[in-house]
Amino acid sequence: MANANRVFAALTDPTRRAVFERLRHGPRPVGEIARGLPVSRPAVSQHLKVLKEAGLVDDRSEGTRRIYQIDPKGLGAMRAWLDQFWDSALTAFAAEVERASKEEKK
Amino acid sequence: MSTQIRPAPVRKSIFVGAPQDRAFEVFTDGIGRWWPQTHKTGPVDLDRPVIEPKEGGRWYELYVDGSEREIGKVAAWEPPGRLLLIWQLTPEFAFDPDLVTEVEVLFTPESGGTRVDLEHRDLERMGEKAEAMRETVSGPGGWPALLQLFADEAKIQRKGEM
Repeated sequence: MANANRVFAALTDPTRRAVFERLRHGPRPVGEIARGLPVSRPAVSQHLKVLKEAGLVDDRSEGTRRIYQIDPKGLGAMRAWLDQFWDSALTAFAAEVERASKEEKK
Repeated sequence: MSTQIRPAPVRKSIFVGAPQDRAFEVFTDGIGRWWPQTHKTGPVDLDRPVIEPKEGGRWYELYVDGSEREIGKVAAWEPPGRLLLIWQLTPEFAFDPDLVTEVEVLFTPESGGTRVDLEHRDLERMGEKAEAMRETVSGPGGWPALLQLFADEAKIQRKGEM
């Protein structure tokens, strides 16, 4: 799990990181997350969507409100690991294809 | 309302300078020549992973002592264009016959070679298997450590901008 760069990719935007950090102390509704941030609420929702796709946060409905929280199952870390795993595996695969092709030409 | 999170699938594309059938052959029959040796579930040294060349075939690890451990199955065997594998390893890298996540690999001929597209999906199903991961994440090595790593990386980037 040392190389979790893909998780960080979702967090490189400073506003998105601020959104994520507001969830560190517990679940929050969108309105509360957006309060005090220098961006519109739809923009905050968009950031939350990216964080959700990366497996970093999770949401649920409570009445008319949508509550966000840091994903307790750690799927973001898992996804980041797999992302990195397939990256290195496919790179090794491509190198092997090239090697085998060269060998054949000899 | 379900609280089930659905992470986006992991998608990768790579171009190889070889014909489609060669790319498919190296990916499947030749998997032992490129699969990272560090990625294995058992304590013994890995000889190679094996993908049985048929629908319903096994996908397993073969160890140097002759023992075998399952990774998953072959759900579709359609050379030279498509391979659908079932990955049944939990986040703790243990085989779980009840865990089904799909790895689809498409081989598409392109000028001068083949494009290989890989998609690993249904990752949310791993959530139910992620008990140990949950502890890792909420423990001292979990999110706080991740955030620290991120903060370091952000610092490096900021320096780069200067």
